[in-house]
Amino acid sequence: MSAFITVALIVLVFIIIYQIARASEYATIIRGEEKVKANTNRTIAILLVISFILGLYGIWECHKYLVDKLLPVSASVQGDNYDFMFNATLVVTGIVFLATQFVLFYFAFRYQSTEKRTAFFFAHSNKLEILWTTVPPIAMASLVAIGLRNWMAVTSEPPANTQKIEIVGKQFNWIVRYPGKDGEIGKRDFRKIDDATNILGLDWTDKHNMDDVIVPNGELHLVVNKPVQLLIGSRDVIHDVGLPHFRMKMDAVPGIVTTMWFTPKFTTDEMKKKTGNDNFVYEISCDQMCGKGHYSMRGTVIVQTQEDYDKWMASQQPYYAQVNAAPAASTKTDSTKATVTMR
Amino acid sequence: MSQEIIIEGPNVEFSQGEAAHHDHEHHEQHFIWKYIFSQDHKIISKQFLITGMIWAIIGALFSVFFRLQLGFPDSTFPIMEKFLGEWAKGGKLSPEFYYALVTMHGTILVFFVLTAGLSGTFSNLLIPLQVGARDMASPFMNMLSYWFFFAASIFMFVSLFVQTGPASGGWTTYPPLSALKEASLGSGVGMDLWLVSMSLFVVSSLLGGLNYISTVLNMRTKGMTMTRMPLTIWAFFFTAVLGVLSFPVLFSGLVLLIFDRNFGTSFYLSEIFINGKALPHIGGSAILYQHLFWFLGHPEVYIIMLPGMGMASEVLATNSRKPIFGYFAMIISLVGITLLAFLVWAHHMFVTGMSPFLGSIFVLLTLLIAVPSAVKVFNWLTTMWKGNLRFTPAMLFAMGFVSMFISGGLTGIFLGNSALDIHLHDTYFVVAHFHIVMGVSAFFGMFAGIYHWFPKLYGRFMNNTLGYIHFFVTFAGAYLIFWPMHYEGIAGMPRRYYDYSAWESFKQFQSLNGFISIVAIIVFFTQLLFVFNFFVSIFKGRKMTNKNPWGSTTLEWTTPIHPGHGNWPGEIPEVHRWPYDFKDDGHGNDFIPQTLPLREGEEAH
Repeated sequence: MSAFITVALIVLVFIIIYQIARASEYATIIRGEEKVKANTNRTIAILLVISFILGLYGIWECHKYLVDKLLPVSASVQGDNYDFMFNATLVVTGIVFLATQFVLFYFAFRYQSTEKRTAFFFAHSNKLEILWTTVPPIAMASLVAIGLRNWMAVTSEPPANTQKIEIVGKQFNWIVRYPGKDGEIGKRDFRKIDDATNILGLDWTDKHNMDDVIVPNGELHLVVNKPVQLLIGSRDVIHDVGLPHFRMKMDAVPGIVTTMWFTPKFTTDEMKKKTGNDNFVYEISCDQMCGKGHYSMRGTVIVQTQEDYDKWMASQQPYYAQVNAAPAASTKTDSTKATVTMR
Repeated sequence: MSQEIIIEGPNVEFSQGEAAHHDHEHHEQHFIWKYIFSQDHKIISKQFLITGMIWAIIGALFSVFFRLQLGFPDSTFPIMEKFLGEWAKGGKLSPEFYYALVTMHGTILVFFVLTAGLSGTFSNLLIPLQVGARDMASPFMNMLSYWFFFAASIFMFVSLFVQTGPASGGWTTYPPLSALKEASLGSGVGMDLWLVSMSLFVVSSLLGGLNYISTVLNMRTKGMTMTRMPLTIWAFFFTAVLGVLSFPVLFSGLVLLIFDRNFGTSFYLSEIFINGKALPHIGGSAILYQHLFWFLGHPEVYIIMLPGMGMASEVLATNSRKPIFGYFAMIISLVGITLLAFLVWAHHMFVTGMSPFLGSIFVLLTLLIAVPSAVKVFNWLTTMWKGNLRFTPAMLFAMGFVSMFISGGLTGIFLGNSALDIHLHDTYFVVAHFHIVMGVSAFFGMFAGIYHWFPKLYGRFMNNTLGYIHFFVTFAGAYLIFWPMHYEGIAGMPRRYYDYSAWESFKQFQSLNGFISIVAIIVFFTQLLFVFNFFVSIFKGRKMTNKNPWGSTTLEWTTPIHPGHGNWPGEIPEVHRWPYDFKDDGHGNDFIPQTLPLREGEEAH
């Protein structure tokens, strides 16, 4: 019943608005159409100018309100280049935006129809066309140049001392695998996956797997100032490793291994100080729609000093040892629950 | 067929000399053949428009539902339970249905409203009227085009009511999510219905597109050379070319997906472990689907944009009382956009693990689109320069179109550059970008068209006052909704999230999301006001007394106020000049219709 009344009310309001609007049109005819048309045109021109000024003011207010809510300083070396390029693009497009919008609204006001005015017949000008066919490509070329340089840099081969870590997405959390003491990530096969005893399907005939450490709660531990390459995979559908603080992102596609590498600049603790937020945490967001739990597919990155990292790594038991000593495993998987409950 | 008037080729008079009996004959046509299974392009155009409007309301209502969730994740809205039942138990949307709503919102607006509703309406209405033809090249195929669209609509509508819900993998429906029933509720029957519906939609689109192309090429009246066609026709022509060349690729992609879903093939599937078991599929590529999808998906953006560009050009010129500036440059830029539209699809896939070298090529090609786009914008602005501007609602929407196209186009420069896309991809920056440029901007082009050609459709005017309210609220609302979204995107906030409150990095935008939702709801009701204005004006609007109310030069305004099937009661007028002769005709008018022969000493354009 209440829904019916609501709908009826809305319809009623519309009818009233329409009747008022219609009455104003009839009034127009009575008062002399031409004169009213001229008045309306002037009013609209003024309204357009007001919209433009309010718009500029709105942009200013919006910026003031939101600028503190943006990301803190880039946490990776590659992110610095990103920020520079973003700002350069922002300046170029910002100038074009303001200039063209100003011209649009200025012309609207300046050339509004009046009785005296006649339009100037101006059908084409090769000079002008050449001007605006050549200037944009020049501006674009510089942006493309910066872009391709950065793109080459982030997609290039990582340096030799790069730490390799595997991260695998599944509905709806991340599993991280560290290579262990031998520094090699062993083979895996999706047919060997078993949620209880082999969550990534490690191939136990490959001896590189024996010392691999698996952290099933999506906690990615990195060493500050040491380049890291992520080998990204997926167990089921497409996911995406999104690292906003590092300005990085790469899809996790079942059947193929994708990669990305970067160099973290600040430890989590340093970042807490920089942002003044004690709860600060680097987050991994899934950025590719992956099902009903997509919004809760959260991982975390913990950037540490080499010393802290080594200490943490020493406390981890290789996955092989874990699953082959069942009683010990139960204490180890406590941290899993933290992310699982987010579903 | 009950219709006798089937005219072949251009410039043909009524066959069998029936001109005199023309009006009389239509009275005898049965209601069903005249209004339902009609072959008259004007009626078909209205069918597309009204079906499109119904879909637009449904699609927009869905956005209101999920904006309520996004804006106020801690509140409950019992009214939602009235609409959605089990899916919003206690007034709180379930995550599954949230994703279904997002998916349907995208599918409906991109395909059913801004493709069928836009091209279907205006290509149908304007191509025969503006090139001077009695009807489409094949009126029967044209009718089929609508009825295939109608069938597609039925399937999509039914999918909203199946037990497992409609498709919910996003409007792009990437496999494996969309291919595996285990992966999500929406990948069940809902997804099959989605695929059937979209396949029918492709058929409809091809039937329409082939017709538009052949009508433009073959059915022009005497004197209507290609370079005397209004820019609307050029735009519709290239829209149709884009559709005809790219929709079949989507169709092939969909067929392979149907096979993967139902017949055990592995086109898109490889090495998947889901629901506790490993699937037998090996060797497929999930990326293949994305290539096939975006090979349509990107041209699709221009299928949506070009009609708006054409109509904005026409409306701007007419209401500036000036020729469109750089007519040939406008055509060449349309050609440029059409060609480039086919060469940039992989810029949607920079972070899929595609070869970085390939990525660089697509960066170059993508940013090239800025050139024809800039030419168009500057030409529109110059068209207004030193004009005599009349601010009809259509004119305001055409100007709004230009404003939105600039804003949305510029943010495209960020996203087209792979090194920036690597952070902005799939964030709210993308949402803001494409909503402004192909959502709001395309809608503004459509509104400009509706307000401008409403008198041609129904012989009456829409209410101006409501038109002005509609414009200013929508214009301000669109910027209020989408401008701040760029900030969320710059902060890395991912799109398609149901709730951000558990995220340390994104939860600071909660109050902003609430604000955006409120504005979105206001804008939604303003659109309903427009719909109301539209339908009431059909019956109660101010009557048209002058055949050519806007002082236009083009052919559609030479037809009677209520043209019958066949458009012109006598012979089709002959065209003598280009469509933008807005100059003194020597009798105190500031325009010269295309049908007037050149005066002595006057040079053709």
